[in-house]
Amino acid sequence: MARPLSHRIIGWGGALTVTAILAFLVLPAFVVAVAAFNDDALLSFPPQQLSLRWLVNAMSYGDFQTGLRNSIVVTFAASSIALIVGSTFSFVLDRYQFRAKRVLESLLLAPLVVPHFTAGLGFLFLAAQVGASRGYGVVIACHVVLVLPFVLRSVYISLRNLDRHLELAAASLGAPPSRVLVTVTLPLLLPGLCTGWLFAAILSFNEFSASLFVTAQRTQTLPVAMYNYVREYADPTMAALSVLFIVVTAALLTIANTWLGLGRVLNVEHVR
Amino acid sequence: MSSMSAESASVGKLEQVTPARPQDVAVRLDAITKRFGDVVALSDFSLKVYRGEFMTLLGPSGCGKTTLLNLVAGFLSPDGGEILIDGAVVTEVPTFQREIGIVFQNYALFPHMTVADNVAYGLRARGIARDEIGRRIAESLAIMKLTGLEDRKPRQLSGGQQQRVALARALVIRPRVLLLDEPFSALDKHLRASMQVEVKEIQRKLGVTTIFVTHDQSEALSLSDRVAVIFEGRIRQLDAPHQIYRRPADRSIASFIGEGSVLRARLDRIDDRAATVMVGSSRIIVPAQPLTGLTSGAPVDLFVRPEQLRIATDHGVFRGRVVATSFQGDHVDVYVDAPDAAAARVQVRVPFLERVPSVGDAVAIAIDDCEATAFPHQE
Repeated sequence: MARPLSHRIIGWGGALTVTAILAFLVLPAFVVAVAAFNDDALLSFPPQQLSLRWLVNAMSYGDFQTGLRNSIVVTFAASSIALIVGSTFSFVLDRYQFRAKRVLESLLLAPLVVPHFTAGLGFLFLAAQVGASRGYGVVIACHVVLVLPFVLRSVYISLRNLDRHLELAAASLGAPPSRVLVTVTLPLLLPGLCTGWLFAAILSFNEFSASLFVTAQRTQTLPVAMYNYVREYADPTMAALSVLFIVVTAALLTIANTWLGLGRVLNVEHVR
Repeated sequence: MSSMSAESASVGKLEQVTPARPQDVAVRLDAITKRFGDVVALSDFSLKVYRGEFMTLLGPSGCGKTTLLNLVAGFLSPDGGEILIDGAVVTEVPTFQREIGIVFQNYALFPHMTVADNVAYGLRARGIARDEIGRRIAESLAIMKLTGLEDRKPRQLSGGQQQRVALARALVIRPRVLLLDEPFSALDKHLRASMQVEVKEIQRKLGVTTIFVTHDQSEALSLSDRVAVIFEGRIRQLDAPHQIYRRPADRSIASFIGEGSVLRARLDRIDDRAATVMVGSSRIIVPAQPLTGLTSGAPVDLFVRPEQLRIATDHGVFRGRVVATSFQGDHVDVYVDAPDAAAARVQVRVPFLERVPSVGDAVAIAIDDCEATAFPHQE
């Protein structure tokens, strides 16, 4: 194939640009990963000697251990509550026609446009006003509000893709509404529900700026604990922890994609 | 009013027994009114469907036929009037207690269940014993020629198979009424014809009362015991298919159902039931009802089907010139311009074995002495 030189130059140029962009995307993760396994305490590149000591340090540091425990508690509670609340609202938005529908929809999606630190500050004031102590409750409540739009979207899209005729057919076959819900609606919504929960969980687990305001020493989540660590020490322990974060999140997304068909849930695809 | 007289006139000609005893009414819609916002879809609508009957609701989209089906199924509730199934008022009864079977246009098979589980759904909802369910699934899959496909998922089936599963699922619960919502429209032409024959055969065998909704007039004519032609939420004619085809109650039904041509004619004489109209020097007997109020000599439009016209070997009834021919396999459609006899082009069906005139030929057209209908002249 004799292609004109100009075409070949454009072809190479294109390939080079794409490679550069992809490299740029993974560069931060790559640098952090290299630093994590570097024996040297200073962030030097290239690494002189490989070591797992920072990983060990990260896992044995007391604040990180409580932070991880707190994060897991908050993540599970917040994304589960958000799933229940979000699914209920999605159902209402999908199935019923009412006057304030648009208003409700915008309100539920509002956290998308509110900066996280604003939400955190708001919850901090609110907790002070009602005299609530800075316990888990306020952290979880704050996270629920922040992840709700993502659950709402995910479940709403699944509901939209659900053929109403399936529920009508089930009803015509003698199934009362509760049975239709359990045998037809929920099984078909399951991928959407799981994806919604998973997105909420990942967001909640990584949430930092709002958490910084609403957590106390006792309730600080892992990202907040990391921030506090960085303010005092500058060694690759943080890098090691970041690598852990990336690996866990990637694993969760891979599982979601394989088992739940992430693409099917995210795309508006009609499943018959 | 016209539909009632036409209905009683046609009963004797039906092949199927259409019992008139009131206890044999399977579904009755009584003075139904249904509004969507400000739009009145149905107003004071009444219809009786007899037990075992194949009743078709035929009309263009938006005429209210699907609304009627949804009302019988209980997916919608009427704003006025009553719905009765087997003599019991079900107007307020929820769908799951109505004992109906329904086949949707897209079949609505449960995608997460196997064929067997789909068919078993209604039986399980009724709490029927496990071995009885197994027996009835096997029996119903055998009737539908689906044996061996029990463990397939719906997406692994062809369109025809999916439709059979939908039908099996709806019929296995032995419904009081079977509702069919345009179930053939998703099938290709070839499969559609064979599925229609099958559905009709199964319906007749099981004797299940069936309400079939379609906008396809040929489907309606070929499957039904009776057809209700619905325009704008009203029954315009309720009759056996051949009556609807031969004796359309009004001009719009005549042009909605089948093909045909309009010939200029004059009213000769009109009696109680029959009227005589003249086309040229030929007399044609037509029903008197659509011509009520006209006097002798008044201009009328005679509505004839393509197969009622033929190319005459003698002088015929009127003359014209062939403008187009269209080969249809078993016959040829010949289109004739006959400015003296008809304002629009006249369609004549010529059996394939006969000599087919060529474009440009002058031809004489004869009208076969069979049922036709005339309406008051309209420009």
